[in-house]
Amino acid sequence: MPHRYADSATRPPGWLGRKRGYRARPFEWLAEKAIFLVSLSAIVLVFLIFIFVAREALPVFLGQTNSAAAQETLPATDLQRLLKENPERLRRYLDVKPEPFAKMRVETGHETLKILMEVKEEEGKEAPKDKDARVNTTDWRYLVDAYQWSGYTKPEYIWQPISQIHKYNIVPLLIGSLKATAVALLFAVPISLGAAIFVSQLCPPTLKEWLKPGIELLAAIPSVVLGFFALIVLATLLQKFFGYQSRLNAFVAGIALGLAVIPVVFSIAEDAFTSVPRAYSQAALALGATRWQTAWQVVVPAALPGVFAAVVLGFGRAIGETMVVLMASGNASIVSASLFDSTRTVTATIAAELAEAVFGGHHYRILFMLGTLLFIVTFCTNWLADAAIHTLKRKLEGKS
Amino acid sequence: MNTTLAPAPDIASRRASLKEGRFRWDSFFFTGLTGLCTALILAILFIILGNIVVNGWEGLSWRFVTGSADKDMFDVQKAGVLPMLIGTAARVILMTLFVIPIGVITAVYLIEYARGSSLTTRIIRGAVNNLAGVPSIVFGLFGLGFFINFLGGSLDAAFGSAEPRWGKPAILWASMTLAVMTLPVVIVATEEALKSIQPGLREASLALGATKLETIWKIVLPNALPGILTGAILAVSRAAGEVAPILFTGAAYYMSSLPKSPTDQFMDLGYHVFVLSTQSPNIEKTRPILYATVLVLLLLTLALNLVAIVVRARMRAAMRAAH
Repeated sequence: MPHRYADSATRPPGWLGRKRGYRARPFEWLAEKAIFLVSLSAIVLVFLIFIFVAREALPVFLGQTNSAAAQETLPATDLQRLLKENPERLRRYLDVKPEPFAKMRVETGHETLKILMEVKEEEGKEAPKDKDARVNTTDWRYLVDAYQWSGYTKPEYIWQPISQIHKYNIVPLLIGSLKATAVALLFAVPISLGAAIFVSQLCPPTLKEWLKPGIELLAAIPSVVLGFFALIVLATLLQKFFGYQSRLNAFVAGIALGLAVIPVVFSIAEDAFTSVPRAYSQAALALGATRWQTAWQVVVPAALPGVFAAVVLGFGRAIGETMVVLMASGNASIVSASLFDSTRTVTATIAAELAEAVFGGHHYRILFMLGTLLFIVTFCTNWLADAAIHTLKRKLEGKS
Repeated sequence: MNTTLAPAPDIASRRASLKEGRFRWDSFFFTGLTGLCTALILAILFIILGNIVVNGWEGLSWRFVTGSADKDMFDVQKAGVLPMLIGTAARVILMTLFVIPIGVITAVYLIEYARGSSLTTRIIRGAVNNLAGVPSIVFGLFGLGFFINFLGGSLDAAFGSAEPRWGKPAILWASMTLAVMTLPVVIVATEEALKSIQPGLREASLALGATKLETIWKIVLPNALPGILTGAILAVSRAAGEVAPILFTGAAYYMSSLPKSPTDQFMDLGYHVFVLSTQSPNIEKTRPILYATVLVLLLLTLALNLVAIVVRARMRAAMRAAH
């Protein structure tokens, strides 16, 4: 049977591609566009995460927060003069949002404002009067640099948000995070790379079928369970073995973190080693190299960018892990080089303190600032790892 | 035909000549060393699992799993984990409703529509990889800043309610936060499933006159279903054990009754493990319920993972058979 539109003269104009785009199949066109839009959600989400975490921290970045214990006070009798001359300053001083403030201004007799002024004056009288009290501790100078607080003999880095003077020096937290991460990587990277070489290159294929899912099962253990294990079992065990003072410290937390890092490093490195074309290793074996020589001198160098990516992603995982360090690190913000001192990391600080921080207060803002820093660090590590994997792919396809 | 063939290799003598070479101590040593690394990881895994199973088994009972915690959650005789199980289940089930459609559609775009090397695809893939590497606590901050403060706050303002109904921690916001976190898991698993479908199937459908969308809906997606399911299971298993993202977005330390609506807070299994192991008034006394709770959580996540591994292995075998 000839096709309905076999005769070119009778073909309607929309047949076979004469109509294109949305005119040919409007519904399909719409659906395709919708699918495309939804697929952009990952990009949108990454942006939103950055924007909304940084938004809460913005006043810190802009230097708009003031955490000084002793604020400048204005006499309550000045209310009428201030209302006339500079109502915006008064609003800032009383820390009232614009809308309620507008209501208070039209109120007859300004009763609410008077009470607020008096409360503020009282607060001012009770606030401590020494030089520390006038320091705005959310200033960058005090966030990252040592400062000699009264009563101390030398400048020190102190994180002490819940005290009369809110001390927000982030250096102890950064050191804590780096210490735990360093231990985790020193423990996890050699082991996981060794295992990755063994599983991908040296062991018989039937064994590989079992070993790979086995090791990846470690990734299925929730981090809170790893933290629990570190807290209840590992801490006691390691203390008995090494005989150090504080039961929970950077070392214990680092080892437990390593358990979370192992599956990350292992699976990426294993993928990289497996993706090296078999021709490489077969050529080496044909030349008389042993399996180990092939793996070490041919496969590993070829997959080096993948190894780099694995280590970098392992670092990102370790520095961002929360529950393990929250439970196993001891959470004392001490600046010390010793691995066996109790330590407090950035992530654990956010997790432990955000619930108690006053909503919108400087402590809250500082914690979001730490979150923003974490996001930026992991964004960079993810990007680096991504670039390394791309390099590896291009290299193995012989395009570079 | 070439006339002079090389003399047939004398296999026995060749093997002897190879064996004559000195024994490769370095190869032996390093193969053993890497093997030991593998064994060490597996040993650690078994020690952790074994410790939890052995110590948790005695505390585990039907009463424990189905008991509520309305009296005293630190009481070894009476405490149960039912409210936490319900809370965890509610938040992950709600999460799948958000994450599966978005994840699957993104994967469909990446595999079926996008050209592999275009800039948009590369950026989308980069964003997915990036999302997978964002620390879980940052997701928690995001949930608080975006879902609760921004979305919830806007909803409260729109409805003009005096006390916050939306702008507070809730199951809804916790599950949305987890959906953002597990999106890469679903996307990657679905992508793999779509890639494993033989191209002939698509071509046959298109050749019969089906449109691209019809092909995807009626041929590609049904065939990719096991893979999509794997992704969903992995996402659920990952989310079920996460605590950091829900610390500020919905988990409650203690609630006397079960949550009634998605805008209520909830008790959570993982968070309960944290509470029991760090805030217990007497850690020695509460150890049995702590271990039992960990065991319940672990059984939940590991069972889900094993299902995913089996489904995936079958899918791969089917794929190998098909190609």
